[in-house]
Amino acid sequence: MRDLFAVVMMSGIFGLLSASFFVAMDAVDVAFTEASVGAGIATLLMLTAVTLTGRLEDSERHKPMWALVVVFITGGLLIYGTLDMPYFDSSQAPVHLHVAPRYINDSMQEIGIPNIVTSVLASYRGFDTLGEVVVIFTAGMGVLALLRVESRPGIDQTMADSIFYLMHERHLILRVVTKILIPFILLFALYVQFHGDFGPGGGFQAGVIFAAAIILYAMVFGLPTARRVVNQTFVRLLAAVGVLLYGGVGLVSMLNGGNFLDYNVLAGDPVAGQHLGILLIELGVGCTVASVMVIIFFNFSGRRNHS
Amino acid sequence: MILGLYNYWVVVVLMMIGLYIVIAHGNLIKKIIGLTIFQTAVFIFYISIAKVNGASAPILAEGISRYSNPLPHVLILTAIVVGIATVALGLALAVRINEAYGSVEEESVQNTDNQEC
Amino acid sequence: MDIIFDMSSALCLLLGSFLCLSGGVGIIRFPDFYTRMHAVGVTDTLGAGMILIGLLLQTPEFLVVLKLLLILVMTVFISPVASHALAKAAFRNDLVPLSDGNENKGETES
Repeated sequence: MRDLFAVVMMSGIFGLLSASFFVAMDAVDVAFTEASVGAGIATLLMLTAVTLTGRLEDSERHKPMWALVVVFITGGLLIYGTLDMPYFDSSQAPVHLHVAPRYINDSMQEIGIPNIVTSVLASYRGFDTLGEVVVIFTAGMGVLALLRVESRPGIDQTMADSIFYLMHERHLILRVVTKILIPFILLFALYVQFHGDFGPGGGFQAGVIFAAAIILYAMVFGLPTARRVVNQTFVRLLAAVGVLLYGGVGLVSMLNGGNFLDYNVLAGDPVAGQHLGILLIELGVGCTVASVMVIIFFNFSGRRNHS
Repeated sequence: MILGLYNYWVVVVLMMIGLYIVIAHGNLIKKIIGLTIFQTAVFIFYISIAKVNGASAPILAEGISRYSNPLPHVLILTAIVVGIATVALGLALAVRINEAYGSVEEESVQNTDNQEC
Repeated sequence: MDIIFDMSSALCLLLGSFLCLSGGVGIIRFPDFYTRMHAVGVTDTLGAGMILIGLLLQTPEFLVVLKLLLILVMTVFISPVASHALAKAAFRNDLVPLSDGNENKGETES
């Protein structure tokens, strides 16, 4: 397919399908993330990038034969490598015998929340997740450094007004329905954020959904209007505050005499401390993810208006 | 019994599709899409490893004793969001290349570079 | 009482799946953009709605019923609006609907 628009749409469908596959594999948290990220934000970002770089791919390709040879050799070797792997869905595979039983059997006493994925994510492997959040933050800053366009207040103002009237006239139905929907999406994001201890959900998913609401607003009402509603400096600050909150929880637990990110010492008894710690770091994750996604989208589409 | 390994084969096929796109296509955006396919194949690999026969989703509830392995879920959950952030960075680079060279085709970028030297 | 619920829910689920399937067939078989979009837009709203009603009849828990109802309301809102936006975008880009007069295959008239 040479039309990149079709390719991007296909990759969105692929994302949605893999999300439903994850549900079938019992990974509800992952499916949730993949549905909001793979099918939603990723498709959107690629579409924006495609509008910036041109829709058609050049037809010339150099030597697909060599690529095929490399691909087949690698694939053959990989399949040969799988012959020693444990069978699909066997409960005796090595992965299920080492750390997982501890998480499954003891997390209720140690952490006290039913969703094991959240307790592993936020508490047992909290340091790892801190690293991931920092990576997301860095990627957001990288996009900002690459694509940032200085906003010009006067021009933005007139553009905002003109887009506003245009939208008001042409897309009345879209506008009204979006206005009704956005509060629900925001509410849902908050529900996902704070319900993550008990069901599928958590800071990562909530952040993406929250960002999706703002991106929807920006798409229907125009970027300059959205810029006035969502202050860019504030969003950048929020991205940093999320990481800081996460690290700060770790430091506070150190000051209270525990290890870094050891929430047991945050409150009187260990389980309450764990609850508090997980709540705070999920909040930090949510802040960072949401604001990084908003930063990325705003800078991509800001480029488009600019050029 | 060798058919019990089919999940790995699906993953390998998907991975190779992604790899083929990355190698054989010159368009940078398409290369990034190939990378996301590769990425999703890795996600599927991890998640299919975590599956335990007859087990339920890893959310503790009464009356359920077998749960799928939560650890790969955690790794992939974070990897997905990190993946989109890095993909966005890659797309940003592609956009900047497009602005500097007027094209995102690998070959024409190379040609422009050669002429300048 | 149970059997009535089960039967009606099964009926709704079957009908919903059939509608979704026919939407899928429609998107492949119909000749131009607008008819294809109509196939998906109409059948998917009703199909998803039917499946949700079928699931509603199956659930004993109040909270789950509430969540499903919310999804139903959202679907009824969003799906027609998405179709509307699609059709409007196509019309704005001068995609002429298929009629006896012209023989386009969903391509843009330039």
